[in-house]
Amino acid sequence: MDFLKAFIIGGLICVVGQILIDKTKLTPARILVTFVVLGVFLQLIGLYAPLVDYAGAGATVPLTGFGYNLCKGVSKAVSEKGFMGIFTGGLTAAAAGISAALIFGFLVSIIFRSKPKK
Amino acid sequence: MKHEMTNKEYSDYVKKKTPNSKVFLNSLKAFISGGIICVIGQCILMLLKKCGFDEETSAGYTSIILIFLGALLTGLDIYPKLAKFAGAGTIVPITGFANSVVSPALEAKPEGMVLGVGAKIFTIAGPVILFGTLASWCAGIIYWIISLF
Repeated sequence: MDFLKAFIIGGLICVVGQILIDKTKLTPARILVTFVVLGVFLQLIGLYAPLVDYAGAGATVPLTGFGYNLCKGVSKAVSEKGFMGIFTGGLTAAAAGISAALIFGFLVSIIFRSKPKK
Repeated sequence: MKHEMTNKEYSDYVKKKTPNSKVFLNSLKAFISGGIICVIGQCILMLLKKCGFDEETSAGYTSIILIFLGALLTGLDIYPKLAKFAGAGTIVPITGFANSVVSPALEAKPEGMVLGVGAKIFTIAGPVILFGTLASWCAGIIYWIISLF
Protein backbone atom coordinates (compact mmCIF):
# COMPACT_ATOMS: atom_id res chain seq x y z
CA MET A 1 0.00 0.00 0.00
CA ASP A 2 2.85 2.40 0.84
CA PHE A 3 4.36 1.65 -2.55
CA LEU A 4 1.12 2.37 -4.38
CA LYS A 5 0.72 5.71 -2.57
CA ALA A 6 4.34 6.64 -3.36
CA PHE A 7 3.82 5.67 -6.99
CA ILE A 8 0.63 7.66 -7.48
CA ILE A 9 1.59 10.85 -5.62
CA GLY A 10 5.15 10.85 -6.99
CA GLY A 11 3.82 10.18 -10.49
CA LEU A 12 1.26 12.97 -10.24
CA ILE A 13 3.87 15.50 -9.12
CA CYS A 14 5.92 14.57 -12.20
CA VAL A 15 2.82 14.98 -14.40
CA VAL A 16 2.48 18.57 -13.14
CA GLY A 17 6.07 19.13 -14.27
CA GLN A 18 5.41 17.51 -17.65
CA ILE A 19 2.33 19.65 -18.30
CA LEU A 20 4.34 22.77 -17.37
CA ILE A 21 7.05 21.75 -19.85
CA ASP A 22 4.61 21.01 -22.68
CA LYS A 23 2.23 23.91 -22.16
CA THR A 24 4.51 26.72 -21.05
CA LYS A 25 7.84 25.76 -22.65
CA LEU A 26 9.55 26.14 -19.28
CA THR A 27 13.08 24.74 -19.45
CA PRO A 28 14.03 21.88 -17.08
CA ALA A 29 16.18 24.28 -15.01
CA ARG A 30 13.17 26.53 -14.43
CA ILE A 31 11.03 23.51 -13.56
CA LEU A 32 13.53 22.48 -10.89
CA VAL A 33 13.66 25.99 -9.42
CA THR A 34 9.85 26.30 -9.54
CA PHE A 35 9.37 22.97 -7.77
CA VAL A 36 11.81 23.74 -4.97
CA VAL A 37 10.20 27.14 -4.32
CA LEU A 38 6.75 25.54 -4.57
CA GLY A 39 7.77 22.94 -1.97
CA VAL A 40 8.89 25.68 0.43
CA PHE A 41 5.62 27.54 -0.09
CA LEU A 42 3.40 24.47 0.33
CA GLN A 43 5.16 23.55 3.56
CA LEU A 44 4.87 27.15 4.79
CA ILE A 45 1.09 27.05 4.42
CA GLY A 46 1.07 23.62 6.06
CA LEU A 47 0.08 21.48 3.08
CA TYR A 48 3.23 19.51 2.34
CA ALA A 49 3.80 17.74 5.67
CA PRO A 50 0.44 15.90 5.46
CA LEU A 51 1.36 14.83 1.91
CA VAL A 52 4.68 13.43 3.18
CA ASP A 53 2.85 11.56 5.94
CA TYR A 54 0.52 10.11 3.34
CA ALA A 55 2.84 9.32 0.44
CA GLY A 56 6.31 8.95 2.01
CA ALA A 57 8.94 8.90 -0.71
CA GLY A 58 6.25 9.84 -3.24
CA ALA A 59 6.37 13.33 -1.70
CA THR A 60 10.00 13.53 -0.56
CA VAL A 61 11.73 12.24 -3.72
CA PRO A 62 10.39 14.92 -6.14
CA LEU A 63 12.16 18.27 -5.89
CA THR A 64 9.19 19.76 -4.03
CA GLY A 65 10.39 17.51 -1.19
CA PHE A 66 13.72 19.33 -1.25
CA GLY A 67 11.82 22.59 -0.75
CA TYR A 68 9.76 20.99 2.01
CA ASN A 69 13.00 20.01 3.72
CA LEU A 70 14.39 23.56 3.46
CA CYS A 71 11.23 25.00 4.99
CA LYS A 72 11.02 22.39 7.74
CA GLY A 73 14.66 23.13 8.60
CA VAL A 74 14.18 26.87 8.82
CA SER A 75 11.07 26.45 10.97
CA LYS A 76 12.95 24.24 13.43
CA ALA A 77 16.00 26.52 13.48
CA VAL A 78 13.91 29.65 14.15
CA SER A 79 12.20 27.96 17.09
CA GLU A 80 15.58 26.87 18.50
CA LYS A 81 17.88 29.80 17.70
CA GLY A 82 15.52 32.68 17.03
CA PHE A 83 16.59 35.25 14.42
CA MET A 84 19.83 33.44 13.55
CA GLY A 85 17.76 30.44 12.50
CA ILE A 86 16.41 32.39 9.52
CA PHE A 87 19.91 32.28 8.06
CA THR A 88 21.05 28.83 9.16
CA GLY A 89 17.93 26.65 8.97
CA GLY A 90 17.43 26.17 5.23
CA LEU A 91 20.94 25.28 4.15
CA THR A 92 21.55 23.18 7.26
CA ALA A 93 18.59 20.99 6.37
CA ALA A 94 19.64 20.83 2.72
CA ALA A 95 23.34 20.25 3.50
CA ALA A 96 23.31 16.48 2.98
CA GLY A 97 21.56 16.73 -0.39
CA ILE A 98 23.69 19.59 -1.69
CA SER A 99 26.96 17.99 -0.51
CA ALA A 100 26.00 14.63 -1.99
CA ALA A 101 25.10 16.22 -5.34
CA LEU A 102 28.36 18.20 -5.47
CA ILE A 103 30.64 15.40 -4.29
CA PHE A 104 29.13 12.62 -6.42
CA GLY A 105 28.78 15.09 -9.28
CA PHE A 106 32.46 15.95 -9.09
CA LEU A 107 33.58 12.31 -8.80
CA VAL A 108 31.45 11.25 -11.77
CA SER A 109 32.83 14.16 -13.83
CA ILE A 110 36.37 13.02 -13.01
CA ILE A 111 35.78 9.34 -13.76
CA PHE A 112 33.57 9.47 -16.86
CA ARG A 113 33.85 11.19 -20.21
CA SER A 114 31.11 13.20 -21.86
CA LYS A 115 29.45 11.20 -24.64
CA PRO A 116 29.21 13.04 -27.94
CA LYS A 117 25.67 14.30 -28.56
CA LYS A 118 23.83 12.73 -31.46
CA MET B 1 -26.21 19.06 -44.93
CA LYS B 2 -22.83 17.73 -43.86
CA HIS B 3 -20.30 20.42 -43.20
CA GLU B 4 -17.18 20.09 -45.33
CA MET B 5 -14.02 21.27 -43.72
CA THR B 6 -11.81 23.65 -45.61
CA ASN B 7 -8.09 23.01 -45.58
CA LYS B 8 -7.58 25.75 -43.03
CA GLU B 9 -10.26 24.47 -40.71
CA TYR B 10 -8.78 21.02 -41.00
CA SER B 11 -5.25 22.16 -40.17
CA ASP B 12 -6.58 24.16 -37.22
CA TYR B 13 -8.43 21.05 -36.10
CA VAL B 14 -5.26 18.95 -36.36
CA LYS B 15 -3.27 21.59 -34.50
CA LYS B 16 -5.87 21.65 -31.75
CA LYS B 17 -5.95 17.88 -31.37
CA THR B 18 -2.36 16.78 -31.85
CA PRO B 19 -0.56 18.71 -29.09
CA ASN B 20 -3.17 17.62 -26.56
CA SER B 21 -2.76 13.94 -27.27
CA LYS B 22 0.99 14.48 -27.21
CA VAL B 23 0.70 16.21 -23.86
CA PHE B 24 -1.41 13.33 -22.61
CA LEU B 25 1.09 10.70 -23.77
CA ASN B 26 4.03 12.64 -22.33
CA SER B 27 2.15 13.00 -19.05
CA LEU B 28 1.46 9.28 -18.93
CA LYS B 29 5.15 8.51 -19.49
CA ALA B 30 6.12 11.06 -16.83
CA PHE B 31 3.57 9.57 -14.41
CA ILE B 32 4.85 6.02 -14.80
CA SER B 33 8.58 6.78 -14.76
CA GLY B 34 8.34 9.38 -11.99
CA GLY B 35 6.17 6.97 -9.99
CA ILE B 36 8.70 4.18 -10.41
CA ILE B 37 11.57 6.40 -9.18
CA CYS B 38 9.49 7.29 -6.10
CA VAL B 39 8.75 3.60 -5.47
CA ILE B 40 12.50 2.88 -5.61
CA GLY B 41 12.91 5.71 -3.08
CA GLN B 42 10.19 4.16 -0.91
CA CYS B 43 11.98 0.76 -1.03
CA ILE B 44 15.27 2.34 0.09
CA LEU B 45 13.44 4.31 2.80
CA MET B 46 11.74 1.22 4.23
CA LEU B 47 14.91 -0.86 4.09
CA LEU B 48 16.77 1.82 6.06
CA LYS B 49 13.98 2.05 8.62
CA LYS B 50 14.14 -1.73 9.01
CA CYS B 51 17.86 -1.39 9.68
CA GLY B 52 16.95 0.78 12.68
CA PHE B 53 17.53 4.30 11.40
CA ASP B 54 15.02 6.90 12.57
CA GLU B 55 12.62 8.63 10.20
CA GLU B 56 14.76 11.69 9.47
CA THR B 57 18.05 9.83 9.05
CA SER B 58 16.40 7.29 6.73
CA ALA B 59 14.96 10.09 4.58
CA GLY B 60 18.38 11.78 4.45
CA TYR B 61 20.18 8.60 3.37
CA THR B 62 17.46 7.89 0.81
CA SER B 63 18.14 11.27 -0.82
CA ILE B 64 21.90 10.66 -0.75
CA ILE B 65 21.54 7.20 -2.33
CA LEU B 66 19.18 8.47 -5.05
CA ILE B 67 21.53 11.38 -5.80
CA PHE B 68 24.39 8.89 -6.07
CA LEU B 69 22.39 6.70 -8.46
CA GLY B 70 21.30 9.70 -10.55
CA ALA B 71 24.90 10.92 -10.81
CA LEU B 72 26.27 7.47 -11.65
CA LEU B 73 23.60 6.76 -14.29
CA THR B 74 24.36 10.14 -15.86
CA GLY B 75 28.07 9.29 -16.01
CA LEU B 76 27.23 5.96 -17.63
CA ASP B 77 25.06 7.85 -20.17
CA ILE B 78 21.98 5.84 -19.12
CA TYR B 79 20.03 8.64 -17.44
CA PRO B 80 19.89 10.88 -20.55
CA LYS B 81 18.43 7.92 -22.48
CA LEU B 82 15.77 7.38 -19.81
CA ALA B 83 15.04 11.11 -19.87
CA LYS B 84 14.28 10.99 -23.59
CA PHE B 85 11.40 8.66 -22.80
CA ALA B 86 10.33 9.93 -19.42
CA GLY B 87 10.59 13.73 -19.73
CA ALA B 88 9.57 15.35 -16.44
CA GLY B 89 9.38 11.87 -14.86
CA THR B 90 13.18 11.94 -14.73
CA ILE B 91 13.60 15.72 -14.22
CA VAL B 92 11.37 16.33 -11.20
CA PRO B 93 12.70 13.58 -8.85
CA ILE B 94 15.91 14.26 -6.95
CA THR B 95 17.77 11.93 -9.38
CA GLY B 96 17.00 14.60 -12.00
CA PHE B 97 18.65 17.19 -9.80
CA ALA B 98 21.74 14.96 -9.63
CA ASN B 99 21.61 14.60 -13.41
CA SER B 100 21.43 18.38 -13.83
CA VAL B 101 24.50 18.76 -11.60
CA VAL B 102 26.58 16.13 -13.40
CA SER B 103 25.81 16.67 -17.07
CA PRO B 104 27.03 20.29 -17.45
CA ALA B 105 30.09 19.45 -15.33
CA LEU B 106 30.87 16.44 -17.51
CA GLU B 107 30.56 18.50 -20.67
CA ALA B 108 32.80 21.23 -19.26
CA LYS B 109 35.62 18.81 -18.44
CA PRO B 110 37.81 19.91 -21.41
CA GLU B 111 37.63 23.50 -20.09
CA GLY B 112 39.56 22.47 -16.99
CA MET B 113 38.93 21.59 -13.38
CA VAL B 114 38.30 24.99 -11.86
CA LEU B 115 36.45 27.09 -14.42
CA GLY B 116 35.21 24.02 -16.30
CA VAL B 117 33.92 21.36 -13.93
CA GLY B 118 34.06 23.56 -10.83
CA ALA B 119 32.01 26.38 -12.29
CA LYS B 120 29.65 24.45 -14.57
CA ILE B 121 28.65 22.00 -11.85
CA PHE B 122 26.54 24.92 -10.56
CA THR B 123 24.84 25.69 -13.90
CA ILE B 124 21.51 24.34 -12.63
CA ALA B 125 22.39 23.52 -9.01
CA GLY B 126 23.27 27.21 -8.51
CA PRO B 127 19.82 28.62 -9.33
CA VAL B 128 18.12 25.77 -7.43
CA ILE B 129 20.20 26.41 -4.30
CA LEU B 130 19.87 30.21 -4.65
CA PHE B 131 16.10 30.32 -5.01
CA GLY B 132 15.59 27.49 -2.53
CA THR B 133 17.65 29.33 0.08
CA LEU B 134 15.91 32.60 -0.72
CA ALA B 135 12.47 31.01 -0.36
CA SER B 136 13.44 29.32 2.92
CA TRP B 137 14.84 32.66 4.17
CA CYS B 138 11.51 34.35 3.41
CA ALA B 139 9.71 31.51 5.16
CA GLY B 140 12.12 31.92 8.09
CA ILE B 141 11.20 35.61 8.44
CA ILE B 142 7.54 34.65 8.57
CA TYR B 143 8.20 31.92 11.17
CA TRP B 144 10.27 34.41 13.19
CA ILE B 145 7.56 37.08 13.15
CA ILE B 146 4.98 34.48 14.20
CA SER B 147 7.30 33.36 17.03
CA LEU B 148 7.29 36.92 18.44
CA PHE B 149 3.61 36.73 19.33
